[in-house]
Amino acid sequence: MPHRALIFGLLMTTWLVFSGLFDGFHITLGIISSALVTQISSDLLFDDRSATLRDRARQGWRLALYLGWLMWQVVLSNLHLLRLALAPGGLAEVKPRVVSFRTTLKTDFEKFLLANSITLTPGTITVKILGDEFLVHAVSETAASGLDGQMERRIARIFAKPGGDASPARVSEA
Amino acid sequence: MIVTLLSVVLILAGLVFFLGAAVGLVRFPDFYTRMHAAGKGDTLSSLLVVLGLAVWRLHDVHGLAGLREHWSILLVILKLLAICAFIMITSPTATHALMDAGFEDGIDPVIDGENNNALHGRRAQAPPADS
Repeated sequence: MPHRALIFGLLMTTWLVFSGLFDGFHITLGIISSALVTQISSDLLFDDRSATLRDRARQGWRLALYLGWLMWQVVLSNLHLLRLALAPGGLAEVKPRVVSFRTTLKTDFEKFLLANSITLTPGTITVKILGDEFLVHAVSETAASGLDGQMERRIARIFAKPGGDASPARVSEA
Repeated sequence: MIVTLLSVVLILAGLVFFLGAAVGLVRFPDFYTRMHAAGKGDTLSSLLVVLGLAVWRLHDVHGLAGLREHWSILLVILKLLAICAFIMITSPTATHALMDAGFEDGIDPVIDGENNNALHGRRAQAPPADS
């Protein structure tokens, strides 16, 4: 039930921001649509229903911090690309390779976040996820060496249960 | 004045990154490295341009009193920020989908060094005969 309230809140906020009309008629429409969507498809969001709203708030905050860090990585990534594309010796640094590693992350959402984060960080793109195994295309050796599990630990920390093991060890490196 | 300047700087920076992406797209050696240029160059440059537009919306707001008067501008800015969020989610996903499709379609990556291709033998289906 608290999750339904949370999803309803998220939908309603989106409605208010996107509609920008704050008269009774439009707000009523928003409430009806949000309630309907919550009723029909609220099970699409948030797998683990045992978490409390407090846990969700903590996860949300950590996710926001992580996204801040990720934004910085996006900037670095684009500077890296700019240098490869435009600097005189840039093309010589392009030494592409494909590396694979296994992840300890469990849920689909965590894996999705890791895959997208890898794609956003400098010089690496996720090509494939096969179960636990990630295949990553890296534009150079330095880019490939950036996949040292630091990002994975950050993601694991976001969704760690309070008191649980916050930093799972890396299983293997290919 | 400062607001105008800031938004112009943001948009120009976005255009520079777009230029890098376009040049990279032409110069890089194979499909996969070109996707690096297309997929990454897009993210930051679109974000910068959209942010520049968001800042531009502030240019007829003067101080906090002005913000109270033109509070609906905040809604426009929130919508632009929502576009940023969607770009952040969709751009890497689309890049990943294209990389995966290219791999499954039998495009072999240019690889530097012999033991650096973890893709070898990982295709779900055999590549088409003409590749």
